[in-house]
Amino acid sequence: MSNFHQEAHHRQAALNTRRLFLRQCALGMGGLALGGLTGCGPAVPSGMPAGVAEAFRFAPRARRVIYLHMAGAPSQLEMFDHKPELAKLHDKDCPPSLLAGKRFAFIQGTPKMLGPQANFAQHGQSGAWVSDLLPHFSQMVDEVAFLKAVHTEEFNHAPAQLLMQTGSPRVGRPSMGSWVTYGLGSDNENLPGFIVLASGGQEPSAGKSLWGSGFLPSVHQGVQCRSAGDPILYLNDPDGVSRDLRGRSIAAINAINQKQYEQVGDPETLTRIKQYEMAFKMQVSVPEVMDISQEPAYIHELYGTEPGKSSFANDCLLARRLAESGVRFIQLYNWGWDDHGTNKGTSLQHGLRDRCQRIDRPMTALLKDLKQRGMLEDTLVVWGGEFGRTPMRENRGGVTMPFFGRDHHGEAFTMWMAGGGVRPGITYGETDAIGYAGVRDRAHVHDVQATMLHLLGFDHERFTYAFQGRDYRLTDVAGRVIDRLVG
Amino acid sequence: MLFRNLMVLIGCLVLVTCAQETPLSYNTHIRPIFNAKCVGCHGGVKQAGGFGLVFREDALVETSSGKRAIVPGKPGQSELLRRIKHEDPELRMPLDGAPLTEEETALIHRWIEEGAQWEEHWAYLPMTKPQVPVLDDGPAENPIDAFIRSRLQKDSLVPASAPKKHELLRRLSLDLTGLPPDPEMLRRFLEDPDEAAYEKVVDELLASPAFGEHWASMWLDLARYADSRGYERDQARSIWQYRDWVIRAFNEDLPYDAFARNQLAGDLLPEPTREERLATAFHRNALSNDEGGTDNEEYRVVTVIDRVNTTWEAFLGTTMACVQCHGHPYDPLRQEAFYQSYAVFNNTADHDHVTEAPYLITYREKDEKKARKLEDWVREHAEEEAGAQVQKWVDMIRVREPRVRPYQFTEVVNGVFTDRGDEDWMFLTDGASLRLPPQDLTGIATLHLNYRLYKHARVEVRLGSLDGPLVGEEVLDEGGWSYNYHRIHLLPTKGEQALYLRFYSEEEGRLLGLYGVLYQEELPGETAPGYAEIEAFIDDLLAANDSVRTPVMAELAPVSRRTTTVFQRGNWLVPGDTVQAGVAAIFPTLETSADPGQDRLAFANWMVAPENPLFARVGVNRFWAQIFGRGIVETTEDFGSQGAAPTHPELLDWLAVTFSDDLAWQPKALIRLLVTSETYRQSAELSPELLARDPHNQLLARAPRKRLAAEQVRDQVLAVSGLLSDKMYGPGVMPVQPDGLWDGVPYSGMRWQTSTGEDRYRRAVYTYLRRSVPHPSLTTFDGSNRQACLSRRVETNTPLQALMTLNDPAVLECAVFLAKDLAERFETTNARIEGLMQRTLFRKATVTETESLNALYDEALVDYQTNLPAAKALTGVASPELAALTLVVNAAFNLDAFLTT
Repeated sequence: MSNFHQEAHHRQAALNTRRLFLRQCALGMGGLALGGLTGCGPAVPSGMPAGVAEAFRFAPRARRVIYLHMAGAPSQLEMFDHKPELAKLHDKDCPPSLLAGKRFAFIQGTPKMLGPQANFAQHGQSGAWVSDLLPHFSQMVDEVAFLKAVHTEEFNHAPAQLLMQTGSPRVGRPSMGSWVTYGLGSDNENLPGFIVLASGGQEPSAGKSLWGSGFLPSVHQGVQCRSAGDPILYLNDPDGVSRDLRGRSIAAINAINQKQYEQVGDPETLTRIKQYEMAFKMQVSVPEVMDISQEPAYIHELYGTEPGKSSFANDCLLARRLAESGVRFIQLYNWGWDDHGTNKGTSLQHGLRDRCQRIDRPMTALLKDLKQRGMLEDTLVVWGGEFGRTPMRENRGGVTMPFFGRDHHGEAFTMWMAGGGVRPGITYGETDAIGYAGVRDRAHVHDVQATMLHLLGFDHERFTYAFQGRDYRLTDVAGRVIDRLVG
Repeated sequence: MLFRNLMVLIGCLVLVTCAQETPLSYNTHIRPIFNAKCVGCHGGVKQAGGFGLVFREDALVETSSGKRAIVPGKPGQSELLRRIKHEDPELRMPLDGAPLTEEETALIHRWIEEGAQWEEHWAYLPMTKPQVPVLDDGPAENPIDAFIRSRLQKDSLVPASAPKKHELLRRLSLDLTGLPPDPEMLRRFLEDPDEAAYEKVVDELLASPAFGEHWASMWLDLARYADSRGYERDQARSIWQYRDWVIRAFNEDLPYDAFARNQLAGDLLPEPTREERLATAFHRNALSNDEGGTDNEEYRVVTVIDRVNTTWEAFLGTTMACVQCHGHPYDPLRQEAFYQSYAVFNNTADHDHVTEAPYLITYREKDEKKARKLEDWVREHAEEEAGAQVQKWVDMIRVREPRVRPYQFTEVVNGVFTDRGDEDWMFLTDGASLRLPPQDLTGIATLHLNYRLYKHARVEVRLGSLDGPLVGEEVLDEGGWSYNYHRIHLLPTKGEQALYLRFYSEEEGRLLGLYGVLYQEELPGETAPGYAEIEAFIDDLLAANDSVRTPVMAELAPVSRRTTTVFQRGNWLVPGDTVQAGVAAIFPTLETSADPGQDRLAFANWMVAPENPLFARVGVNRFWAQIFGRGIVETTEDFGSQGAAPTHPELLDWLAVTFSDDLAWQPKALIRLLVTSETYRQSAELSPELLARDPHNQLLARAPRKRLAAEQVRDQVLAVSGLLSDKMYGPGVMPVQPDGLWDGVPYSGMRWQTSTGEDRYRRAVYTYLRRSVPHPSLTTFDGSNRQACLSRRVETNTPLQALMTLNDPAVLECAVFLAKDLAERFETTNARIEGLMQRTLFRKATVTETESLNALYDEALVDYQTNLPAAKALTGVASPELAALTLVVNAAFNLDAFLTT
């Protein structure tokens, strides 16, 4: 069909990464057109390609996203979903009604129920329940909207992570970050629009597919910044090539390419000249933004950061720095939340506590820091795993584990969102007495995605891309915006 | 309003009367209107008001309103016409859209009047060989040029001038072999006064072994070839013999129909050769999921769906992804059609198991000799149908099929079968028993148990029931963690019967993990001398573990066949109606035999048959796209109504018929035809005027200018520097990549072990491809991560590419190597720069190049003279001259001219 248009669109989108169009939009500058057929939509940035502009129908509340994904799926029953009834059922056989017709990853036969392994209290004006595993975060609950009954069909890590990040459990679709940078471009011409940081010693189960651009142009794929080695692959000049010499060699390359363009007339040559200029600038801007050592002591104190190490705390501070520099979508992965109870490190009594301690202060600091800089109002912060965990104790192979653990569970789990137009201090959704399933205001993964796109200004049903004969979208053929989350 | 309608009516009458003799064409005049304005709501899925326009039968029925939208021959009774002209915006179609133009309305009126004849979409229509156009300025030597030029003439465009010879040869060489030309070949070409000089180099390049390596890259994207399995652990997969097969197929010019058929069903051909079986690894390239808790059947289903989609996209340019869940919104494919294809692929023995069985085993030499002797023995002593007998033994010894697997065991006692992720064996404890599916036991002499042994155990085999006659027993006391085979001799039995296995042990806990059971017929020639020696080979071969095992397709035994149903809304847990192998009605009928085990071969034969025009059209278009940068149908993956229309429809059909008939499907002959055209032999230079008139070069008034593919970017640097190894075939190699890239993959002990010796400098097609973390040089330059079939790579132009060609140590190594070579050969800086441009672009340096590179050299030299450690860090030698020259070479590797053709 319109593959010329798509390719023209790719080029246009690539150009947009060098445009500050949203900033212009906010300031009322630039040639603005009215969006939407009704004429009451937001001002559409002039650089936005037609297909995307048609989907850009709401006044954007968020200009950027920081997404904290706890890979492995943390237990909502130890952190946010307070279930005193479950404590009473502890060590009793699971009733068959909860097992009939269900598929679990590891549970076999009849498992025991497992009471919460943490103590809960209400916090803030909103009275939100948070466990004692997150003492810092408890102070911030009034800034946050909790989703208590998120659900998914996928109960294995890689497919569930893919569903959460790409809208499909199979590999090959563009990630949310790619969709967003494809739609909105970048605010910084010297940095990629979509940056990924991974901590916890491992990458998430579904690997790089989680930040792949699928059928969208590869310029929109997430760029992983690494804490060891070059922060971006091949960013550093080789040993023995000084900054000055690199500048001179790029000048020579571009001079020759300019002449080439004048002779042959291929516009791609001009683009290549610009990309060499941008590469040269990135060599400075990326290390600069990735260097947290220059931050003042109180900031390090706030986050619990230690420069030079790979940690979730460092990544949270980097996220704030990247957001400040105009990066559109910042995706953090923290690995290791798969508490089956097979050993101490993956148990609710030990491993989960340690990991909560490692994220509690930094994620709280991130919210505080964004707020004190006035950035929280247009930065959407999202926290969650790929599914939740069972109220039953895991018993893989029909054997009792040495430690307490829970199996994968897609029926109900908790996520939270803050900033970026999210209504603060609310709890949306409720699970049954033991936290097995949502009983009110359930939210499917696609609903969460639809709501995020809405906050960014997009109608998720119109935000499509034609590929292999059909229009694809992040929310596949589903998803509805959760109005109550929108402040 | 009345007046307007009247005008339209008059308009219609005028149109009708003016062009009475030639009826309207549905494809040309009507379908574009329907597709643009109507099928969004009245299509194959959404049929608002009970009215859909994809199938004629749906369009002519009574709609929900009780009226008929289209009454052939009767525009006055056709509700459709009334509604597109309606005054009330609530009733006027399209709702919420701009009304149809008067001309469009008139066309539809006339078309209904003429009988509302449907026409199939062009791609499904049979082909006839079109007439080669005759040009005003005389006949073209190559018919391709006649088609291209006659189209150019319509737009008053003229072809570009001929390119310089060195430019043409560089482009030709990169297009045919993926590598720049050998300087010696260039010299001969420049000096050869023969008119056929160009044809000579074409033939030389087509005959080069590098040809197959280059074209394999294109095919491996479609085949989603990788050296790993995908998903979470993304463990290694040993399937490189398939890559070798593709390279050989191209180099040996395997006809395209056989190439396609063998990949889908080579194993079902009569007495298939090793190569024909290996070809079926094509569909074993689909991902598999070893993650701990995954349901093996779920991911087997995912694999079969992928095979359906890949088959239709790669060979037939048809997008089936829509049809998995519902009828196609635009093309005449109902949902059943997906599952009719699903049925074709649903009965192979693979099942997302961690061993990746079934595989074709390539034995080490000593065992290979035994396997051959065994096969020869069967051939010599078989009493009837020796060929078929040998095949059975090949299946058992080399493929280890058919094998009964745990999911087929019934009446299980004391057995645990998890069938999850990396486990699909059945754990058995003392007293365990199970029933094998009934099987014809006539002539079966032996059962081979395939298991992991934990404790010593004894097994009994009983006939018909657990209390039935004892027909075999054995002590299991050998083995351990790896899979073993243990044979149990059976007493002679006849007819179809179920066997029961019962296990005993003195020990507690798990005895063994049973993975499968192989039935073995009696080896013929029992009375012949040497029988015992040959018979013993069976155990030797089953025990041989140090072999290469390539996953291939193998059809399930009849007793194990699965039933195929439609999945409602695409959900595999909600089966619908049962379906048989077949194809949509739009296509020629798929003739299946009585044996459903042959369905895959029947489908492959149907696909490549001359009656199926899609196969040749899609195939020839792929070759064209590789050479000319874009297809005649730009959407090489989609020939459906939502794909791009062909820019030169007659040329496409002429090529398709020529390829299948005149050229007997030989790819090299086709490629030769393409590159010897004048159209190919044009210059790529373009004026602003031409750029404005034909920005995407659809009309080919100039040669395409293409950015090199990811593989070529690497190969070219190695080639021009002199470091490239010409070693062919074998397992993937691991050239330099940044440290730690694989560290983050969970639950995987795999390590990137940088190759040494010449393996460090092999062509990119041999670079180990791990799906979750492909080599950055591939992904940075838009290569596929091979997660799914990919027809076209989207070309990007990014700063990360610049950083790679500037800073990648592999590129730097080549730059140092070439700089040393230039320094040795030439005395002066000018001569070295001249030499550099000769080596990289096969021409003299331009003034700008000489000036810019000289200036860079001088500046760098001054710098390095005052900083010897920097010079040493860059090149390994404390030589300012070498360091400065290295920087210059590196700059040449980054030139636009070097990165494009």
